[in-house]
Amino acid sequence: MSKKFFNSGQHWVWLNAGAISISIIMVVGLLLLIAVRGLSHFWPAEVKTFDVVQGEEVIQVMGEIHNTEDDIQNGVERQQYLIKTGNRDVYGLDFKWLDVKNIEDTKVNDDVIVVERREWGNLYGFLSSVTKDGTIYREDPQALQDIIERALDIHGEIRDIETGDIGAINYAMEQLRLEQRVLELDGELTDEAQAELDKRRAELQEAFLSYQEQLQILYTDIKRDTAEFTLIGGEKITLTAGNIVRAFQPNQMGFWAKLGHYFSKIGEFIFDEPREANTEGGVFPAIFGTVLMVLLMSVVVTPLGVVAAVYMREYAKQGPLTRTIRIAVNNLAGVPSIVYGVFGLGFFVYFLGGSIDELFYPEVSPSPMFGTPGLIWASLTLALLTLPVVIVSTEEGLARIPKSIREGSLALGATKFETLRKTVLPMASPAMMTGLILAVARAAGEVAPLMLVGVVKLAPTLPLDGNAPFLHLERKFMHLGFHIYDVGFQSPNVEAARPLVYATALLLVLIIILLNIAAIKIRNNLREKYKSLEQ
Amino acid sequence: MSTSIKDTTRKLLDQQTQSGKHKRRKINDLLARYGIAFGGMSVIVAVVLICFYLLWVVLPIFKPASVELEKDYSWSQQQLLHLEVEEYGEIAFGVGPSGDLRFTDVDNNDEIAAFELPQQQNTTAIAQLDLKGMMAVAYADGSIQLFKHDYAISYPNNKRKLTPQVLYPFGEDALSFAQSEVTLLNGKLWEDGLLLAGLTENNQVITKQFYVELSFLGEGLELDEANSGMIQLGFEPKYLLATQGPDWLYAIGKQGQMSAYRFESGEWALQETKQLTESGVEVTQANFLLGQVSLMIGDSSGVVSQWFQVQQDGDESTLTKIRDFKLADSDITHIVPEVRRKGFIASDSKGQVGVFYTTSERLLEDFSFGQPVQALAINSRSNKLLVVGENNQASTFFVENEHPEISWSSLWNEVFYEGYKEPTFTWQSSASTNDYEPKFSLVPLSFGTLKAAFYAMLFAVPLAIFGAIFTAYFMAPKMRSMVKPTVEIMEALPTVILGFLAGLWLAPIIEETLVGFLLTIILLPVFTVLFGLAWNKAPDVIKHKVPDGWQAALLLPVIVLGTVFAFWVGEPVEAWLFNGDMPRWLDDHGMNYDQRNSLVVGLAMGFAVIPTIFSITEDAIFSVPKHLTNGSLALGASQWQTLTRVVLPTASPGIFSALMIGLGRAVGETMIVLMATGNTPVMDMNIFEGMRTLSANIAVEMPESEVGSSHYRVLFLAAFVLFLFTFAFNTIAEVVRQRLRNKYGSL
Repeated sequence: MSKKFFNSGQHWVWLNAGAISISIIMVVGLLLLIAVRGLSHFWPAEVKTFDVVQGEEVIQVMGEIHNTEDDIQNGVERQQYLIKTGNRDVYGLDFKWLDVKNIEDTKVNDDVIVVERREWGNLYGFLSSVTKDGTIYREDPQALQDIIERALDIHGEIRDIETGDIGAINYAMEQLRLEQRVLELDGELTDEAQAELDKRRAELQEAFLSYQEQLQILYTDIKRDTAEFTLIGGEKITLTAGNIVRAFQPNQMGFWAKLGHYFSKIGEFIFDEPREANTEGGVFPAIFGTVLMVLLMSVVVTPLGVVAAVYMREYAKQGPLTRTIRIAVNNLAGVPSIVYGVFGLGFFVYFLGGSIDELFYPEVSPSPMFGTPGLIWASLTLALLTLPVVIVSTEEGLARIPKSIREGSLALGATKFETLRKTVLPMASPAMMTGLILAVARAAGEVAPLMLVGVVKLAPTLPLDGNAPFLHLERKFMHLGFHIYDVGFQSPNVEAARPLVYATALLLVLIIILLNIAAIKIRNNLREKYKSLEQ
Repeated sequence: MSTSIKDTTRKLLDQQTQSGKHKRRKINDLLARYGIAFGGMSVIVAVVLICFYLLWVVLPIFKPASVELEKDYSWSQQQLLHLEVEEYGEIAFGVGPSGDLRFTDVDNNDEIAAFELPQQQNTTAIAQLDLKGMMAVAYADGSIQLFKHDYAISYPNNKRKLTPQVLYPFGEDALSFAQSEVTLLNGKLWEDGLLLAGLTENNQVITKQFYVELSFLGEGLELDEANSGMIQLGFEPKYLLATQGPDWLYAIGKQGQMSAYRFESGEWALQETKQLTESGVEVTQANFLLGQVSLMIGDSSGVVSQWFQVQQDGDESTLTKIRDFKLADSDITHIVPEVRRKGFIASDSKGQVGVFYTTSERLLEDFSFGQPVQALAINSRSNKLLVVGENNQASTFFVENEHPEISWSSLWNEVFYEGYKEPTFTWQSSASTNDYEPKFSLVPLSFGTLKAAFYAMLFAVPLAIFGAIFTAYFMAPKMRSMVKPTVEIMEALPTVILGFLAGLWLAPIIEETLVGFLLTIILLPVFTVLFGLAWNKAPDVIKHKVPDGWQAALLLPVIVLGTVFAFWVGEPVEAWLFNGDMPRWLDDHGMNYDQRNSLVVGLAMGFAVIPTIFSITEDAIFSVPKHLTNGSLALGASQWQTLTRVVLPTASPGIFSALMIGLGRAVGETMIVLMATGNTPVMDMNIFEGMRTLSANIAVEMPESEVGSSHYRVLFLAAFVLFLFTFAFNTIAEVVRQRLRNKYGSL
């Protein structure tokens, strides 16, 4: 019987089935891996205290178990914990390896407090006292929460002034400098004009000084309250309230408290700015940059792609030339994205951008304005990259529309353009949508070309703000995909940043999968729709 | 009645025509036609532009240099011991035999400034000590005068103005060097030292080494003698060439005798003697190339040969001839090295002048000056060449020579670089020092690209094609409608995520459990077949519960458990066979193991390529007409036989095109390689070592490369190569696929 099994090639069938099973397991496994790692990061972990034998003495180590590793060394099996001990300012490192066999005792202390700080990473310790407006509260977590809340409010005010008001003044100052330079270049910088400029500059300066004063007050205010903590080794650390982002006692939290904490962390991740070289805080600027870049790209790629597709399908004479062009356009989809990046850098940034600077903005020289990587060039490069996707998809949609519909319209006396505008294009619009969504999905995940034409690890300002003309096309921006690469590989503290990278990856994967599912759904609906028409 | 309707209609239509509506519609139609045609054509043109733009940036690197005559005039200084042109190519500096220093306008010989050295007597020898204008001349009494010519830059009225000056950083007094006349002088000045070497009577070479220190008063510099030496040569040297350090001293005789001395623990030790030319050929000129590593020897047969020290086995090194440059057939009279790169300009006794570059072995341009050359100089920007003839006829030339370091051979052949043991393929585009030789070999990068693609395909092809066969031919439609979107999602996953997981998650896991992983590859197929066999023998009751075409679903747990089993077994096996640590064991047995290696890249990139190959293959197999398979089955063939004999041959062009497109994707993938390897450009097929690919190299180096430099253009060339490669592969695939479609159409 087994002879028959092999003779009839059954084993091959099973191997083939195995191949597809492996592929499915890999995809699902990968998605699960990202989801689990990305989502679990925000869940408050239990902080444990370990008594560790080190030579003669026993020391205490406190932290979260970050990772467990087994290995065999010289034939002896050993298990190690990677403990996140935090307190980088005291210990020098956030992490510590512990050999499990050296651990004498493990305890969970309810009073442990975890403090997320603006610098030096997390603090793990015990609250000893809080100084609130001169009054000292001993071991009072509520007082701690009060001073943190107050400091957060002040911090918000400071940030509003610094990025909003002072940012606007800086921007206006820069505009003034450019204005003066323009006048200088045109030879029209008369004394009057100079005086006018100086006057405006003085006004700005004055406003700046008044904001500066306000800031000064806020900065002293935010330092008013302090809290003192004791670490497990007995060291004392005093933090000003302004340096604390959040403090919580994970070992006391119940399920619902943990859930609340979890969602507040997710909110911070999505809506806040990154801290500490991108290893903490949120990814809001990266989300914003990605979305804005993709939107701009769509604005460019949709009309171009549709016009090209309509021309090739409806107007061009179908012959060898059109066929060649069609193959060429198809193939462009397979050209490596980095090649588009190189082209974008050379042609858009240096050639086009350089020329724009020379012709329209001579005043910015020597520092380039458009002649350097930026949002607009990234969008154009990606538009070029995704153009074949839109063209191919739109053409497919046009080809699916039954001839009878076109003929019917023409027979009623409509011109070709009217037919196109009133019947063909509306019917092909789902196909265009599909193309656009696929293009957006591809653009959102593409990183290699962006590294050349405009993405940076940390952009000081968003490309969209309150200063006219509001949308700053020449600015550099942040991007989710690049964020993953940068934080995962260029960050000084990879181990601490890793959970955040998983979370970012999850976010990106979710966006892309949603877009793709939408595209697949639209495409299937479209097919159903025309099936009935063709019959 | 009917006439009235007809008339009314007629009237209405006429009204419309008269109102101009038809005309407007017609015009609109025409406008749309031309507008869309114009728009469509321009998009297509823009796309074609990519190809041409890349080419346009790349082409200049293959252009020869151009040398254009600018001015002819007569040179007023009677005799020239030394000639230089400063950086901007505006001022020429000439040294006459009695120590008269003249700065003249390069283009018309107008005197800008003239100086005399303090000792107003005839010089017996001259040497250039560094590239910043420091010089030394020797007098008949054996003393040596050090001086520096320099150009102060000022910007009156926003225009650059150069004011030449002669400085004496070590004082105006002549140094006492030898007891008798010095007939040949050479030396070097570096940050903290000075070496002078002079030939005196009886073929004796005297050397003196000084420390250069700030003087007590803090103004100017001071020399402090550190060492002096004497070398007795067995022949009369015509050239003395010393390197800084001091390190080497070469003495070269007219007949091609060469003695190389090395400075070791305060003394000159004879390292090597060698005959540099064949008998009958005389050495007529010798000089260092930039960096003082390469010796350029010009001889009477019109050849300039490049020599440098090549490390032998052990510590010894020997002066080795690297390559020859042929100018013409007459004596080489001048060899002038370029100041900022490894090129040189040579002239011969008939007035032939050639512009050469060593690394790329190129003669970039040659021309005849018409008469023997007395002196030759090029500025440090290498764009102004000044030639003074024997009869004081002078010419200036504008030289355009932007990318001499690139040639077909330097890109694709093995090149013998300075300081290397043998010719190699090396990519090393930049370094911190100025006199560094850039190494632009695309071979290691192309090799890395193909290596990464090879391992990716090795992993992806079986999985994708087998999987596609099953999905298209055996799978139940319901399961197929779930599998296909899964694969589409797989295709959409951003490669940056795959790269990140490969580099930070997979690479450490594989290093940890290498044996378990390798076992998985062997055991999974075995388990699969065993399970199939068991299923086949299982009682019908169980078998009938699962309809045909759901085998893949049955296998899911088998594969998960199989993998777990393999990893579980892996640990003891590793302990037993490889002492518990296979990567270390490999290292001990001469096989380098990097954590981020080709295996990791192969897996991650394979993952990215699987869906591409899968989708196209699946389409090709699924669209094989049903009557073909039905016919085969009706004739009594088994499912598998029908598949291999009927379906696969019919679908083979489609599978081929799937492979081509998959390969194209693997070749161009950037982020995965960037993140999952160490990006070292090594050439080794070892699966446990990394590589650097063309695309990753572009991503790493492009942001830092200077616009318009050779490096920038070579990176564009790399992009162009990638473009052509993938475009060619995709075109082949597309053409094959269209053929296939036509064939099915006829069936």
